[in-house]
Amino acid sequence: MADNLPSEFDVIVIGTGLPESIIAAACSRSGQRVLHVDSRSYYGGNWASFSFSGILSWLKEYQENSDIVNEGPAWQEQILENEEAIALSRKDKTIQHVEVFCYASQDLHEEVEEAGALQKNHASVISENPTEAVHSAYLPSEDESLCIASCEMLTEQTPSSDLETALEISNVKVTGETEKHDDKTCMKSASEEETSKNVPTTEGTALQPKKTRITYSQIIKEGRRFNIDLVSKLLYSRGLLIDLLIKSNVSRYAEFKNITRILAFREGRVEQVPCSRADVFNSKQLTMVEKRMLMKFLTFCMEYEKHPDEYKAYEEITFSEYLKTQKLTPNLQYFVLHSIAMTSETASNTIDGLKATKNFLHCLGRYGNTPFLFPLYGQGELPQCFCRMCAVFGGIYCLRHSVQCLVVDKESRKCKAIIDQFGQRIISKHFLVEDSYFSENTCSHVQYRQISRSVLITDRSVLKTDSDQQISILTVPGEEPGTFAVRVIELCSSTMTCMKGTYLVHLTCTSSKTAREDLEPVVQKLFTPYTETETENEEVEKPRLLWALYFNMRDSSDVSRNSYNDLPSNVYVCSGPDSGLGNDNAVKQAETLFQLICPNEDFCPPPPNPEDIITDGDSLQSEASEASVILEANSETPKESASLGNPEEASQ
Amino acid sequence: MRQAGELDESVLELTSQILGANPDFATLWNCRREVLQRLEAQKSPEELAALVKTELGFLESCLRVNPKSYGTWHHRCWLLGRLPEPNWARELELCARFLEVDERNFHCWDYRRFVAAQAAVPPAEELAFTDSLITRNFSNYSSWHYRSCLLPQLHPQPDSGPQGRLPEDVLLKELELVQNAFFTDPNDQSAWFYHRWLLGRADPQDALRCLHVSRDEACLTVSFSRPVLVGPRTETLLLMVDESPLAVEWRTPDGRNWPGHVWLCDLPATSLNDQLPHHTFRVIWTAGDAQKECVLLKGHQEGWCRDSATDEQLFRCELSVEKSTVLQSELESCKELQELEPENKWCLLTIILLMRALDPLLYEKETLQYFQTLKAVDPMRAAYLDDLRSKFLLENSLLKMEYAEVRVLHLGHKDLTVLCHLEQLLLVTHLDLSHNRLRALPPALAALRCLEVLQANDNAIESLDGVTNLPRLQELSLCNNRLQQRMVLQPLASCPRLVLLNLQGNPLCQAVGTSEYLAELLPLVNSILV
Repeated sequence: MADNLPSEFDVIVIGTGLPESIIAAACSRSGQRVLHVDSRSYYGGNWASFSFSGILSWLKEYQENSDIVNEGPAWQEQILENEEAIALSRKDKTIQHVEVFCYASQDLHEEVEEAGALQKNHASVISENPTEAVHSAYLPSEDESLCIASCEMLTEQTPSSDLETALEISNVKVTGETEKHDDKTCMKSASEEETSKNVPTTEGTALQPKKTRITYSQIIKEGRRFNIDLVSKLLYSRGLLIDLLIKSNVSRYAEFKNITRILAFREGRVEQVPCSRADVFNSKQLTMVEKRMLMKFLTFCMEYEKHPDEYKAYEEITFSEYLKTQKLTPNLQYFVLHSIAMTSETASNTIDGLKATKNFLHCLGRYGNTPFLFPLYGQGELPQCFCRMCAVFGGIYCLRHSVQCLVVDKESRKCKAIIDQFGQRIISKHFLVEDSYFSENTCSHVQYRQISRSVLITDRSVLKTDSDQQISILTVPGEEPGTFAVRVIELCSSTMTCMKGTYLVHLTCTSSKTAREDLEPVVQKLFTPYTETETENEEVEKPRLLWALYFNMRDSSDVSRNSYNDLPSNVYVCSGPDSGLGNDNAVKQAETLFQLICPNEDFCPPPPNPEDIITDGDSLQSEASEASVILEANSETPKESASLGNPEEASQ
Repeated sequence: MRQAGELDESVLELTSQILGANPDFATLWNCRREVLQRLEAQKSPEELAALVKTELGFLESCLRVNPKSYGTWHHRCWLLGRLPEPNWARELELCARFLEVDERNFHCWDYRRFVAAQAAVPPAEELAFTDSLITRNFSNYSSWHYRSCLLPQLHPQPDSGPQGRLPEDVLLKELELVQNAFFTDPNDQSAWFYHRWLLGRADPQDALRCLHVSRDEACLTVSFSRPVLVGPRTETLLLMVDESPLAVEWRTPDGRNWPGHVWLCDLPATSLNDQLPHHTFRVIWTAGDAQKECVLLKGHQEGWCRDSATDEQLFRCELSVEKSTVLQSELESCKELQELEPENKWCLLTIILLMRALDPLLYEKETLQYFQTLKAVDPMRAAYLDDLRSKFLLENSLLKMEYAEVRVLHLGHKDLTVLCHLEQLLLVTHLDLSHNRLRALPPALAALRCLEVLQANDNAIESLDGVTNLPRLQELSLCNNRLQQRMVLQPLASCPRLVLLNLQGNPLCQAVGTSEYLAELLPLVNSILV
């Protein structure tokens, strides 16, 4: 297909992460001809989500020592005399220190395969050539004896043969099937009933420990139920991304769930943080007086700017010191500092803390009782939603399409074209390149920070309640000075990111060491490794680990453009994911770059609604029918699931 | 069309177009009702079922246009009421959905109560429903109110107990719930109102508080626990003299015969003669199943029988009397809240009411301090608070008088702004109202049938409507008030025994001819000071 690509565009975007995808959508919406390419076989770059087999393939890719040598036709000869080339990197170096642990028992007798295995990203988004997606599925090379080199097995059996089988079989499957993941009804296929039989929910755990064993083969088999995010983020319900999704109407491509609770880890115990008015009212752990204190303080934070006399004297000290001066019990101080302002003892001053608290409260109640939303099927959906928008307005998409170099005109010092893997020269006016695509030559002066990440599959929630479908966020403060707070996000199966009976837990912090060194202490505090020898009757308090993954990801978010060597002015850099909780960074970046490319253009205006173009006579009827749709949607969707277009504002 | 009797489907079609856009159009709903009623007779059951289905669907679409339209909800009530087999489950579902969107839509709450009653939904289920909505947002009058209807149904009291009250364990649970609400947001009124209901007591049954017979005036006076209307026919209030019925004419002291606390009648001489050692008078209030009896002994001027304010704890405001430990702990938590929220008026007012309920005399001083704070934080309601304070002080004085077993009531220097409970003062002979902020001697003062001396100096009195037909009033002192018009003195002429009147320091004293006017108006008063 590559030879069919037009040879001229207005904007070429390299990399399909969130900022790149937003820009691509915005440019396409404004009438620019957009080519959007990614050298990977999936959308999202480091913003992607994977099924279980998908993540195994992804891991393998990063653990292969040799470069994927994919030498296309030599590009050097295409460079003319008045031109020079900026070679792009072949290999992604953003992921390091990958370590995988499997604790679930490996059942050798069972034939394992991932039902309908297919990395869902491939099929879900409009592609210029639908078959491209199918061919791009992971194909581990035959001679590879074990897909995960550094896999440390804590159980007696070795997983290797099992894993291998799993992947081989899934390979066979993959090539034959083209399953569309957006066909949501098909997700509730027969296999789900099967799951519920084999894997009782956590509630059964204590009573019948035998039945609760989730084996590795089950995880493999149900691998399609997983959507494992490389980057763990949430959407602030009044954050820039939500505003953008609503404004651009991209929200219709995605569904969201409200985070159901905010947790805190204090004195070895996980407890729920009451943060909304309803939470405080319903809380059983706060005394009456604490309720009043907390409400009073939070009410003050909502409009702290109006009462400067209350905080002016404390501007110079840290927020945690300031909290001590307020009428708050230590209990409440901890909640406000770590779980609501989500800062640390030393990190922020009074004003920052008040600002963060206000932002948290401001987001509360728009869609539910917490300030956060999570996209169903994972964070990786979001870049794809914007790509879809881009494609709707004519953007052209090529995955597994790498770019060998940027061609720069010597005289004007402007980039004029790219040369792709097939040696095709494609001209464009603007070039957006995601940081990881630059070669070491370009980045030699860049100082990167790192994000420590861990992904766990567990068998129960860190805080059991009546409902086993909770989505929680928990902040564990850094223990020693200089270490960073760890953000824990626990997803239940109704977020469509893990199989029934399991929880998918994401840990994130700014790196000070390797991911495992940074995060393992927290993992050990909250979870216990799954072991075979466990006594049947023992009441296990902590959730058990079935599977764990650690890795470091490069954080290119606050790299100044000037630190890259010799970039022509029409080459713009997009950063990879940052370590923050929200997505504001990506949206800000996208909007800033878009304004450079298309000055004075509206950023992602709503697309014209076909229903808006109607003759006078119809107007009444269509309004009525729309109203009915909204109400029905409200009554039918499960309570927690939020429909973005129609925010239910708290009526206070 | 309506007049022409053209009531068919075309009317439904036409009205639906208008109502679909704006459902608040009662006339058109009436039109539809007429059409539907007519079609009921004409159509087959199948056709009718289809018609009803369409109508329900149409109503739902109207409710989406305006979920708070009186006409639409009412029409739905009417329609459901006419159906042979209404689908109540569906209606409950509809209510739940609308309350999901707006949990405070009282139209929908109203409809829900109608549906729940029709479908005989168990109160426990409805209570659970209110629970779920209060959990979501406790600022919800309708939900709290519904609880106050459901809980007594769920926990009926034995017949002897006070009606509408809750058993203690339930009460404590509700108090905890409502406390959670007002500690979370003390400015939310809905919770405080529910709190007031929880601590409140049932409406007292009708009672005759006092019965008084006077030989001199040949008059019998009855005082009731609430204002009543005694008809011209005597069936509602029967008088038995020495166990035989006596037909009398009942009237109110001011002669207006409006509903009032106090009614009186003249007695014939035969009922009062001195030949028997005593006469018994029994009054029976047939409407309220209450009666009272008193004896007039030979040689005595008067006889009476009355309920003591101290025994009946008449004045422990609206709060319950039975649960003093509960009240005590409520008072403690409110004081705790008040320390955190010194300016919260609801909290202050609740403290005052709790103190009254617990022990009005013990807490008198503290109550007055809370009143001062409350007035400062809520100046908009200063006058209301003054009146409330006056009421409480008057009650306290009355209690003190009864403990002292005297018929003299001192209400001087109390900063009173209003007089109330005057019907309780039927037997008082001496009343001192001096040095207050009263602006009138209200008509209800006419209930003081035994009053001989009334002092009301140093007030701001402008009218004397209450000084009417006081049979025993001898001395009236009204120095330093704001009596301006001679006309206001007119009622004094109806007091037959008035001998001393002091009007010094009133504006009307300056006017020329006042003395002459008074001499003419009150020829029997020996001593008039102007």
